[in-house]
Amino acid sequence: MSAGARARTAALLAVAAVVLAGCGDDSSGDSGDSGAAPKLDGRGPITFATGKDTSGNMQKLVDKWNTDHPDEKVTITELPESADDQRQQMVQNAQVKSDAYTVLNLDVVWTAEFAANRWVVELPKDEFDLNNFLKPAVDTATYVDKLYAVPVYSDGGLLYYRKDLLTKAGVTEAPKTWDEMDQACKKVQALPEGKNIGCYAGQFDKYEGLTCNFSEAVQSAGGEVVGEDGKPNVNTQEAKDGLNFLVDGVKSGEIPKAAITYQEEPGRRAFQDGQLIFHRQWPYQFALANATDGTSKVAGKFDVAPLPGKDGPGVSTLGGHNFAISAFAKNKATGLDFIKYFSSEESEKSNLLATSQAPTRANLYDDQELITKFPYLPNLKASIEGAVPRPKAVKYGDVTAAIQEAAYGAMNGQKTTDQALSDLQSKLETLTAK
Amino acid sequence: MTTPALPPAAGGNATTSPQRHGRLALMLLSPTFVVLALVILYPLIAALRESLYLKQDGLDANGFVISGDNFVGASNYSAIFSGETATRFWNAFFNTTFFTVVGVSIEVVLGVAMALVMHHALRGKGIVRASILVPWAIPTAMSALLWQWIFQADGIANQILNSQILWTTEGFQAKVAVLIADTWKTAPFVGLLVLAGLQMIPNEVYEAARVDGANAWARFWRITLPLVKPALLVAILFRVMDVLRIFDLPYVLIGARKSSVETLSMLAFDEASKLRYGPAAAYATILFLYVAIVAYIFVKLLGADLIGEARERTRNQRRRKAKATAEPEEKEAVPV
Repeated sequence: MSAGARARTAALLAVAAVVLAGCGDDSSGDSGDSGAAPKLDGRGPITFATGKDTSGNMQKLVDKWNTDHPDEKVTITELPESADDQRQQMVQNAQVKSDAYTVLNLDVVWTAEFAANRWVVELPKDEFDLNNFLKPAVDTATYVDKLYAVPVYSDGGLLYYRKDLLTKAGVTEAPKTWDEMDQACKKVQALPEGKNIGCYAGQFDKYEGLTCNFSEAVQSAGGEVVGEDGKPNVNTQEAKDGLNFLVDGVKSGEIPKAAITYQEEPGRRAFQDGQLIFHRQWPYQFALANATDGTSKVAGKFDVAPLPGKDGPGVSTLGGHNFAISAFAKNKATGLDFIKYFSSEESEKSNLLATSQAPTRANLYDDQELITKFPYLPNLKASIEGAVPRPKAVKYGDVTAAIQEAAYGAMNGQKTTDQALSDLQSKLETLTAK
Repeated sequence: MTTPALPPAAGGNATTSPQRHGRLALMLLSPTFVVLALVILYPLIAALRESLYLKQDGLDANGFVISGDNFVGASNYSAIFSGETATRFWNAFFNTTFFTVVGVSIEVVLGVAMALVMHHALRGKGIVRASILVPWAIPTAMSALLWQWIFQADGIANQILNSQILWTTEGFQAKVAVLIADTWKTAPFVGLLVLAGLQMIPNEVYEAARVDGANAWARFWRITLPLVKPALLVAILFRVMDVLRIFDLPYVLIGARKSSVETLSMLAFDEASKLRYGPAAAYATILFLYVAIVAYIFVKLLGADLIGEARERTRNQRRRKAKATAEPEEKEAVPV
């Protein structure tokens, strides 16, 4: 299976053996790195390649920019909805060295690949007030201590829970550990209205979401997928505990069987349909599950909390998007200004209000007006500040495929936890060996 | 094909007529050849060339990818057939073949049945035909999404079957889901081609059979099927070639890198999306060879008369014409 392809090409693969969260101490604004970033020049019309503009707010922000900068107009190029297809298009664009895209809206996990392949240019650190951004988010935008992108959207996992059912069952606080969650479930399921409700679900289909959920489980048990030294470290008791949380959950039925097929949207439908007590999900679900137009049966009945862990609060995976400038584009100076404009406090605030996408500027999370509108903001800030990014691998595609293979196999009962993790360890070792 | 209404050649000297024919034919055909060379030959050769190279890998001191391609000979191919990659390859090979054999068989049976219904429908012929063709008109990725909704955990498939099958997880049920969706989409295509064949069968043949006392079953086996065979074979050939390179349906409906439904094109795509274009091209070339071999065998064994018949027909026509005009054209009457 896919294992083989990776093992074989191991020699060809390289994963940046640097970096993980915490290594980026000097990434937050203070210059002093060897050599300043090359100067970006050229002004004029540019394009902005991004995923779908679901709320229309991107267009609004771009329109405003265009009115203020009639000679440096920005055109939005909408890419396909699926992240993989977006990456595909940007990679193809880079392969033919086309200047069709100027500013690229990159998923946080692509930054290393794009930087290492010289598809995006280094950005001048000192022109951004990176100290005001969430540190883990800034860290995702750096590669080998240089800034290649600016974080604009962030994302962290939250635990959505049915407050109404928990209260009825006599549970007053959201669970902080997996055991507490388990007990809360048992109490709720003992209620007449709690019968046939699943306990817990996340994103467990074999795709990027599983990588996030697996990493979270491992980190929340005190383990790590790739250590601070850049070496994989999944053949540990902590990692086993983490994976076992998922594997045993499926076995015991605490995680409903159907959850094995859940990506974000099917899981959201299940939660909104009242089929789940606890749901690990991104912030975007908050507004949708609270919709009172009849699409959600749980509107007003749920709340959010930080993710639970094995012995205490859990550790989220970091998501989000960074903006970078294509190495093959003209008018890079305009691109730089546009990124500054888009990552400004004003723009991020309007984005948050329009889309409920998590901002990357720390002070927005403390804005009382915003907290009234989005009560989960303090929880989200805690989630993101404690979040661990996924491995910063140049060959991220191979790393995430290996992780998915292991986690999916174990959760489906095709492999034991021990087997899955020792396989994963040796695969990641060959992937990270230069 | 008698004397062409050509103005005398520029030189006006004694070129014999066959030579002039040949040159004219070449001239008339050359645009087609150029286009074919551009859109078929060039990509084929480019893919073959690509499959012999491997992108340099590894990072330099500053963490940048070292660029450039290395010539690696056949090692992209030998890598496919060794170790765990081989397991993955043969699994994909099996899946591809399985979908082809089982899928096309079901589609042919259903397609013929649909054609018979469309052919015999007395009232509302137009509506029946149009409605049977609707699935064929829907883009595959769309129909894959539609079926994903049907097959999801709390979807309608499970409601109807009153079951809790997780169709989109690894396992045999994923194959079944793909087969069902593929059949739904493509059986109408087979039906359409067979219908065209049915309409070519003259009614007198059936009347004669009826007079001779053949029942419906005998009429189907002895008359309909043999006479519709050429059209049916074309339909099957198209379908076989189509399924051999199936990609979008399992990719969208079930998901990437799920071994139960992974096909050869999905392997090539997976490699390409990880920027390993050499191995991807190697997979694509192997798939190309597989399709070419299957098509060749198919035409040789089953459809030999597909092209042969046509050739025979032209040959006979020419002979007849040649005899009629009594011109010494027979030498070049058998082209190709």
